[in-house]
Amino acid sequence: MTDKLLTANAAIREQTGILPPAEGRLPPKVHTGPVDWIHRNLFPDWRQGLLTIVVLYLLYLSMPGLYNWAIGNATWAGDRADCVANGGACWAFVNARWGQFMYGFYPVAERWRVDLTFVLLIASVAPLLFPATPGKRWILGFALLVYPVIAFFLLYGGILGLPVVETARWGGFMLTLVVAISGMVGSLPLGILLALGRRSKMTSIRLFCTTFIELFRAVPLITVLFMASVMLPLFMPQGFTLDKLLRALLGVALFNGALMAEVIRGGLQAIPRGQYEAATASGMGYWRMMIFVILPQALRIVIPGIVNTYVAIIKDTTLVLIIGLFDLLGIVQAGIADSNWLSASVTKTGYVFAGMGFWVLCFGLSRYSMYLERRLNTGHNT
Amino acid sequence: MADTTTQSFGHLPSGPPRAPFFTRARIRSLAVQLLFLTALVWIVYFLFSNTMANLSRQGIASGFGFLGNRAGFDVSLSYIPFSSNSTYLQGFWVAVINTLVLSALGIVLATFLGFGLGLARVSRNWLVARLATVYIEIFRNIPLLLQLFFWYFAILRPLPGPRDSVEFGGIAFLNNRGLIMPEPVFGTSGSAILAALGIGLILGIVQTRRMRKLRDATGDAGPVWPWWLGGLIGLPLLAWAVSGAQFELIIPELRGFNFQGGMVILPEMLAALLGLAFYISAAVGEIVRAGIQGVAKGQYEAAVAMGHSRWEMMRLVILPQAMRIIIPPLATQYLSLAKNTSLAAAIAFPEIISIVAGTTLTQTGQAVETILLAMGFYITVSLFIAAVMNFLNYRVLRNDR
Repeated sequence: MTDKLLTANAAIREQTGILPPAEGRLPPKVHTGPVDWIHRNLFPDWRQGLLTIVVLYLLYLSMPGLYNWAIGNATWAGDRADCVANGGACWAFVNARWGQFMYGFYPVAERWRVDLTFVLLIASVAPLLFPATPGKRWILGFALLVYPVIAFFLLYGGILGLPVVETARWGGFMLTLVVAISGMVGSLPLGILLALGRRSKMTSIRLFCTTFIELFRAVPLITVLFMASVMLPLFMPQGFTLDKLLRALLGVALFNGALMAEVIRGGLQAIPRGQYEAATASGMGYWRMMIFVILPQALRIVIPGIVNTYVAIIKDTTLVLIIGLFDLLGIVQAGIADSNWLSASVTKTGYVFAGMGFWVLCFGLSRYSMYLERRLNTGHNT
Repeated sequence: MADTTTQSFGHLPSGPPRAPFFTRARIRSLAVQLLFLTALVWIVYFLFSNTMANLSRQGIASGFGFLGNRAGFDVSLSYIPFSSNSTYLQGFWVAVINTLVLSALGIVLATFLGFGLGLARVSRNWLVARLATVYIEIFRNIPLLLQLFFWYFAILRPLPGPRDSVEFGGIAFLNNRGLIMPEPVFGTSGSAILAALGIGLILGIVQTRRMRKLRDATGDAGPVWPWWLGGLIGLPLLAWAVSGAQFELIIPELRGFNFQGGMVILPEMLAALLGLAFYISAAVGEIVRAGIQGVAKGQYEAAVAMGHSRWEMMRLVILPQAMRIIIPPLATQYLSLAKNTSLAAAIAFPEIISIVAGTTLTQTGQAVETILLAMGFYITVSLFIAAVMNFLNYRVLRNDR
């Protein structure tokens, strides 16, 4: 009896998709196990199945070649002749140039200073990444105000008997970090000021800030860097020269300050009017209201946007090579042009290596931004 | 008791307080602005006078008079006649056209790739969705300049010479001179076909509008696609047949050391296009995915309940609504692509930066004018793209009922 009912029900369901309301109803189909997973996700119907097979075939065609290039036929030690003979990636080139890729032309005897600066950076930024760290305000203050000063004197020297290392000798990954971090640290306060200015009630200040932001947002970073490298020296009084690196940093900070301003403006607009009114009613002046009431809330809302701008800053650091600075990409570019190594495989390897370096930084930071977005989103307006 | 109460509030004015002509805040605001403007004017004057002094000391002319002088350089790619005898101004126009062509091609390519990626990201097929994710995460997290260098210096430049070209079916060839493709030649019917295409386009648009109005008014309207098919394919075909039916496909041929005939896409153009399209398409893909996922769940369920297939559901229900979410960030990406064409200067593509802020600047030394010229161009392009996308956005939003 039950068996018969079950087959009848199954037949009805098969034909109409509707479950008959009988007491002998079948339990819902349980989706478990690898076979079922493959059925659902790779072969749900014949079209998707065909697609899966085509994609698998394409992967089968391309993946072995990729593996052979990167690992199978790669050269891990040796010189150009070995690389050309093996035909794969030339990791030996990266190995031989490792010091230059990391430190640029920084004197070998002084490289410990770069390492120390980097360790200090990790030590002061790492605690900020975790929500539960106590005394974050002080750590942030240290990272934003004290650390840059220490880093500058450690890298440049000139005090405490440290020999001076001219900025022309800075390069490689270290310079990429210097440009990126200066851009990050410089663009935030500039962005806050510009965003406040754009929302100011004072007409002249609002006009100035709006023009500044829109102009810098409308042009590519290269033109700003060209301006900083070619036009800025003309602006200065005679005999006064700004360091080339400093000019580039200025350009990067101004450009990203304008981008940051728009991100922060979004946060300022999201703060309900009541907060402004309550602060004014409590007798706070403009700056007190901004610093203690509005900005802490506004900045928290736009943290993901700020981190995304930071990812863009890291990617944009490569542009400094166009005005003759040797960041990671610039030094790789110079390395592959070396006649001792010049070959197609070395060129490819160099770019792949630099690409991996940037990818790790940017991917890590963007994942962190996603994590923040999820964490900041809980319990609020969703 | 009542007396004291009256007394203690007695000093308050009756009615709302009248604000004096100059409140304290207003005076302070004026003072701050005056200070700000004075500082601004002083800084601008300081910079200007320094620049003038520096220029005169270095013996550099100022003003845009140099634009009429003989340029004396050659360009590798130009859509208008240009030689070393042309002027700097003509060089500027060459750069403008090259930049616009690169931007337009890049935008088209990035849009198609990006929408494909976005749809793949939300695919039911796990493998396809995963591969799209991998593509997006790779291409958007590597600096564009590095990608351009990779395509140009690592892939296209080391290609063999014309004699050992990579062949595609014997009609297209890829070598270190670029991609050489067969060129269709319509002879005298070329202009007739173009005119027919224009008429067809107008017909299609007019008919689409008429049908939309009809549908809005009566709820029922005929199909539009026959008009588009006839307008864009039928009419040009007819025009071609009537005007003599001339057609020839010029297949590039290896003669001596190089190819003769056919269309050539320079390696610089190819690398710039690949780099820009791949980089921006990753961002577009994420925008499209977010747009599709941003459509309310009920819309999917309603579409399924009405018996639409998955493709119909996407095309008729989901994408039109997703477009409202997609267009504003898409506009930002198009702007970014147009601005990022400037990076192609680093792989010797003759665009604004390389011709104006590069060659012209080094030859004339007029840094201020050339950089202002380049910036002015980008500002114009940015404003134009922003205006177009605002109009599109308005159109998409207006369809809301």
